[in-house]
Amino acid sequence: MISPAPLRHREIFPVVGLDLERAGLVSTEVQRVLRRLGVEPEAVRRAGIVCFEGEMNMVLYTPGGRIILLVYDDRVELIFSDRGAGIPDVELARQPGYSTAPDWARELGFGSGMGIPNMEANSDHLEIRSRLGEGTVIRAVILRRKDETRSGSTHS
Amino acid sequence: MKLGEVREVLGARVLTGEDLADREVKAAFAADLLSDVLAMVREEGVLLITGTVTTQVVRVAEVMNLAGVVFVRGKLPAKPVVDYAAAAGIPLLATPHTMYEACGLLYNRGLPPAKRKLLPYEHDQSGSPAS
Ligand SMILES: Nc1ncnc2c1ncn2[C@@H]1O[C@H](COP(=O)(O)OP(=O)(O)OP(=O)(O)O)[C@@H](O)[C@H]1O
Ligand SMILES: [Mg+2]
Repeated sequence: MISPAPLRHREIFPVVGLDLERAGLVSTEVQRVLRRLGVEPEAVRRAGIVCFEGEMNMVLYTPGGRIILLVYDDRVELIFSDRGAGIPDVELARQPGYSTAPDWARELGFGSGMGIPNMEANSDHLEIRSRLGEGTVIRAVILRRKDETRSGSTHS
Repeated sequence: MKLGEVREVLGARVLTGEDLADREVKAAFAADLLSDVLAMVREEGVLLITGTVTTQVVRVAEVMNLAGVVFVRGKLPAKPVVDYAAAAGIPLLATPHTMYEACGLLYNRGLPPAKRKLLPYEHDQSGSPAS
């Protein structure tokens, strides 16, 4: 997935583990930044959903980490890296329905094991690297499709 | 259906977004599980009917560009949640009806269900899920 498109924007957002008051704020901020940069609405939406799932997982399952946003002319990349316990079986975690969410997370409306599958569904490429005891790095690539304007505002 | 009509049909109280009564609601989705909202709703302008009253409900509404949120069963979010929604421009309504009643009332009035994304393991059953 190497592309010659130049990098337009790079920003790093810290995420604090277990901070439920703030969980999700990075995702709304990422969407604001993308909108400001003129990224297509469909890519903004998909990036927001991918970011929210990754951010929630970081808050629920790790002491924290950071999210790096990279914006290129042809794609948006989100890199989630945390200092958590790691994911013992990444293939299993990619399966819909697999969840180790504790009860308190379920009471908040999370823990149906749909987060990572949803990150895959809303990105064009998803890489997960995890080391037990060290942490997890997830890289998501969302391609920008210029022709895909949902409002149908065609100007000639 | 307009948000104002949703309010009227449900006899709901407007917690924030009084000024958005004219906002158009395209369809509705009901769930307490935010995971399901995130994974299944694929349109924008959808009304979320839920019994979950956390800040994350509003963040999900923001990220997914939902038309608004109706809290059912008389549940009310804490004030910081309402304040956050007000700042984010997400209208919040509250009704004493149960989720089943609220859905039935709105469905009866012609508010269509949001199209649901197929789950990964449903794909083989009916072809392509979206767009
Ligand atoms: N960053 C992470 N560090 C450690 N474990 C993780 C991390 N992200 C996910 N996991 C593990 O992978 C499982 C599946 O994650 P996924 O996001 O798919 O589902 P969930 O968070 O359990 O539920 P949902 O996302 O539907 O609310 C989690 O339950 C958790 O055990
Ligand atoms: Mg998750």
